[in-house]
Amino acid sequence: MRTPLFTLILLAIAAALYLAFRVIGNDYLFFLGYVVLQYVVIATAWNILGGYCGYVNFGSAGFFAIGVYSTIFFYNIGQSPEDVFPEFMLAPMAWIFPLPLPVLIVLGGVFAGLIGLGMGYLTLRLRGVFFAIATLALAVVLETFIVNWSFVGGSRGAYVIPPESVPVFGTFIQYLFVLMLLLAVASLAAARLIERSRLGIGFATIRDDELAAEASGVPTLKLKLIATVLSGALFGMAGAPFPFYIGYVEPNSAFNLSYAVNAIAMPMIGGTTSWIGPMVGALILSTLQQIVTVTISSAVNLLITGLLLIGFVILAPNGLVGLWHHWTARRSNS
Amino acid sequence: MSQIMGQPVTETFDDVAPPLLAIEQLGKRFGGFVALDTVDLSVPAGQRLGLIGPNGSGKSTLVNCISGTLQNETGSVSFGGRRVDGVPAHQRARLGLARSFQLPRPFRSMTVAENIRVPLLYTVGARHGVHLTSSELEDRCLEVLSLVALQDKAKKSPLDLTQVEMRKLELARAMAAEPKLLIADESMAGLSHSEVEDIVALLIRLNQRGITIIMIEHIMRAVMAFSQRLVVLVSGRKIADGAPDDVIKDKDVVGAYLGT
Repeated sequence: MRTPLFTLILLAIAAALYLAFRVIGNDYLFFLGYVVLQYVVIATAWNILGGYCGYVNFGSAGFFAIGVYSTIFFYNIGQSPEDVFPEFMLAPMAWIFPLPLPVLIVLGGVFAGLIGLGMGYLTLRLRGVFFAIATLALAVVLETFIVNWSFVGGSRGAYVIPPESVPVFGTFIQYLFVLMLLLAVASLAAARLIERSRLGIGFATIRDDELAAEASGVPTLKLKLIATVLSGALFGMAGAPFPFYIGYVEPNSAFNLSYAVNAIAMPMIGGTTSWIGPMVGALILSTLQQIVTVTISSAVNLLITGLLLIGFVILAPNGLVGLWHHWTARRSNS
Repeated sequence: MSQIMGQPVTETFDDVAPPLLAIEQLGKRFGGFVALDTVDLSVPAGQRLGLIGPNGSGKSTLVNCISGTLQNETGSVSFGGRRVDGVPAHQRARLGLARSFQLPRPFRSMTVAENIRVPLLYTVGARHGVHLTSSELEDRCLEVLSLVALQDKAKKSPLDLTQVEMRKLELARAMAAEPKLLIADESMAGLSHSEVEDIVALLIRLNQRGITIIMIEHIMRAVMAFSQRLVVLVSGRKIADGAPDDVIKDKDVVGAYLGT
């Protein structure tokens, strides 16, 4: 199926989902849906580097937080431009600020993509566990930086006050939900396109055997940098609307370990070699987490993630997609 | 094998034409261990060169330095008249330098045909700036696979192949890059008599298509059947270089192998 058609189908499903939620008319569904879709984007982002190229990134929370804090940064500028700009610039800046949310999402993606490029240059000569440790260290460095940067709230955190209502969409959470829905559609379409392109074949050779890839003419370093930029940018875009969703952000919530753990667990549970895996993993795991949050406690979330991850690593190392392929192959053989 | 072994050696070793591969004073160390010590080697286009030496003599290190898997520390590597030391391996591949690995390194998540598609996309495609359609790619994959009689296994996983098929795939992937120079690093280890014959015949056929080939091998009957010229490496140094029949009688070579 061609990418434009595939994207149209995804958009149709997204529109149907949105309309169904509107018909039900419970705002909680939009809150829940936002989180689930956010994880679809996060899992897809992780999978571009982790699944396609085989480079395990433990620093996902750092990239997510770059998106979050890029929004805080521009929001704060919009709140008090007189503290930032000289007086003659205030009038033109009043036209630009406050920046609309879609622009903030793009900016979050740009910044996280740039940090991804920097991280790639610094760390991509490392392999396996060393790369993973380096990405974890990067997240810690970024958190320390944010904690000590008072303009974005430092350790005490920052408030973002979303508007009460938005034209067309009604409540602000519906607007946020639709934006995240579109972001999820875009990231899935991009992941599927990559997977089937020359780029995706190059990524797979890196995952399988980097020396053989180079010997076959694959420019591995360049491709890995492309992967870190794409993956970082998607993380940043997933994080950018978060301050508007949560209202109050502090470093602990933006750099929360749960993002890093879920970003790894969801593709692993779904399956890492195709775009479907992260989506399925994110839908199942984050829906489960939302149900548990309501019925038991949010503290159980990571426990569930951990247990499922252990179970899948032992019983189905190729995730649900791997299990599916295994079953269909067996059925066709018999 | 006998008719191959019986082929007359017709080439001369004159250095009139500029060499395709020129290695000068090449050196590589691993910590305190000298793997290659000022090796000189010049390979004219179209030659079939056998490279032998005991284990640990530096053969694979030399291949790695030529192909860019490792970077040499001293000396120079030139290919097609251009200095390539410092150039990444993938660019050397695009210049026409292909190698197979001693232990086959297939792309495990892909089918046999998809393995061949990688150099077609990334080496041949990048070299000529052409975009092959998927049906053209498929045809080319099958064409390359039929050279090594693997066309029936195109849809299989490389993990389902036998040892000899895996080695053929390794060679086929290197061939698919349409190289000027092909380095076959111990393509025949562990193979039966007739399988060795198959691979030697294949390499000679490729050479007849104009590809220069360096073959690294321990199996002497294969080396003697294949090589127009034989180079012996011992402890990172070249100790003999010349016509195979002369080289194997060289007393330094005999000494290196028999320990006398």
